[in-house]
Amino acid sequence: MADGWQNQGGGSPGDELLQGLEDLKRTLQRFTKGAGVWLIIGAVVLLWLGSGIYVVGPSERGIVLRFGAVVAETDPGLRFHFPWPIEKHVVVDIARVRSAQVGYRSSGTSGRTGRGNTRTIPQEALMLTGDENIVEVNLVVQYRIQDPVKFLFGAYEPEKILHSSAEVALRSAVGGNTIDYTMTDGRLDVQEQAKAALQSLLDAYDTGLSVSEARLLAVDPPTDVRDSFNDVVRALEDRDRLKQEAEGYQEDVVPKARGAAAQMVQQAEAYKAQRVIRANGDAERFLNILAEYEKAKSVTRDRLYLESVERIMPNMEKFILDSQSDGGGVVPLLPLREMGAGQTAAGAVVSQEGR
Amino acid sequence: MARLLVGLGLVIVFVAAQAAFTIGEWEQGMIVQLGEPKRIIQEPGLYFKMPGVQNLVRFEKRILTTDAREAEYITLDKKRVLVDHVSRWRIEDPLQFYRSVRDRIRAMARLDDIISARLRQEIATHNFLDLIRENREEIMAVVTKDTRETAKAFGIMVTDVRVKRLDLPDEVQASVFARMRAERERIAKRYRAEGEEQAQELRAGADREREVILATAYETGEKLKGEGDAEATTIYADAFGKDAEFYAFTRRLQAYEKILSNDTTLVLNADSELLNYLQSPGTARGSSE
Repeated sequence: MADGWQNQGGGSPGDELLQGLEDLKRTLQRFTKGAGVWLIIGAVVLLWLGSGIYVVGPSERGIVLRFGAVVAETDPGLRFHFPWPIEKHVVVDIARVRSAQVGYRSSGTSGRTGRGNTRTIPQEALMLTGDENIVEVNLVVQYRIQDPVKFLFGAYEPEKILHSSAEVALRSAVGGNTIDYTMTDGRLDVQEQAKAALQSLLDAYDTGLSVSEARLLAVDPPTDVRDSFNDVVRALEDRDRLKQEAEGYQEDVVPKARGAAAQMVQQAEAYKAQRVIRANGDAERFLNILAEYEKAKSVTRDRLYLESVERIMPNMEKFILDSQSDGGGVVPLLPLREMGAGQTAAGAVVSQEGR
Repeated sequence: MARLLVGLGLVIVFVAAQAAFTIGEWEQGMIVQLGEPKRIIQEPGLYFKMPGVQNLVRFEKRILTTDAREAEYITLDKKRVLVDHVSRWRIEDPLQFYRSVRDRIRAMARLDDIISARLRQEIATHNFLDLIRENREEIMAVVTKDTRETAKAFGIMVTDVRVKRLDLPDEVQASVFARMRAERERIAKRYRAEGEEQAQELRAGADREREVILATAYETGEKLKGEGDAEATTIYADAFGKDAEFYAFTRRLQAYEKILSNDTTLVLNADSELLNYLQSPGTARGSSE
């Protein structure tokens, strides 16, 4: 418009008319142009407002800041806030479980909890126990964001705080217990102590983090002394083995002894029965003979005697000396020297071992 | 005219942009006018200042961490230990903070100095074992309290001071390892000796049990045999007692049969009772009554 007025200075009437037309045309153009400008402005405003739309995912929580101050916490869904520079939003995942590794780093790309490829970091992992020993401990901490506002604005770099606090808590728990307790029975106990200590530190530092699990992955003696520790395990096994062997001996010896004992008793029983039965037999035989003997004593006696003699004598070497005719002819000489283990029988009966 | 308006508008916007500022939830600010602190802002929100004349200095409002490097300390029992401590703190009074230490890096250095000095003093009055065991918390509470007092002068509020690592220098660590090995060897020996002990006890017990079992069996056996003998003796006595002389006779005959074998040489008198018929068939002497 200003241009129009300036150009009006000097000109012919014809020119003036043309100028008038030109002005009209320009005004029209300006009008249409003006509409375009409004359109553009409208579009820009819409876009600006549209930039205030944001999405909060199912496991997330949105925080709306108006001029830097927290004004709202929003739940999952499609949300709107006044656009920049009035309001801003931050979305925080509150369901995802994150993990921190103390004493080791897993180098595997997958974020699984399995300890596939891990590397121990001695400065972090080695720590003093309450009985002045050194132990190597690996801890994994699982945590999530419990309070997004605190997480964002309570402490500077909360996840770094978590890591160093986990170290503090772990060392203090291990330092309060002995090496044997930490490595064996007390493992869960130490784990719980560390977890509780860590949570209270995190609360004290306004991190907004909540520890869901603190797990001791490895509690080992340091590499320098591992052999000695393994030897203790072997010694324990040796102890059990020696005991087992002795028990084996016991289980071998005692039943065998019981067997032998049973045999001895049985043999004795047998002897007893045998003695009695035989005695009865002998007695029976004697009584039978006696009964017959009573009937004819002299005859029976001679018969018995002669029957015995008949059984004994047939194959013996016999010398008969005639005492009536020439009694002094033979001197009954016994060569004792030549008789090894000679045996003298009653009367004139001499047994001699033939050589 | 319109141009002027537009120009004026632009200037206003520009000045407003210079004057307006926001303080976030995580920070606090201080307005400095020509080098002199004027105003402290600790609540988040939209604020204005005089452009050009006033400057805004921002400070962190969140809890900050000082993770100091390991340093060597000496305990009461003259042991050297490596301690690295962590302190958590926040800027409570920005004005004081700005005047005394100005920025975070310098603040951390000062804090580190204060804590180290206090810690050195405290560690020097405790034995090594107390440090790693019971008194760790107590010592840190004392150090925290004193540091908190001192740090107030910097406008800093110390939440706490903690010992993160408490280690032994390498050469001391080697001797700890040596001691640990010795201790394990002792335990291993004890286990093995206990094994021997139990094994010997068990074996001896087994041997004893065996001896007792066998002896008891022998006792029972002998008793049974004795009973057998006794019973047999009674039976014999009852039977043979009926005619002792006849028993002696028949039993002797049986004995002769047993003791006289075929290679026995007999020397007999011709007039013995057995052979008396051999020479004089008439004069039978008959058997003795």
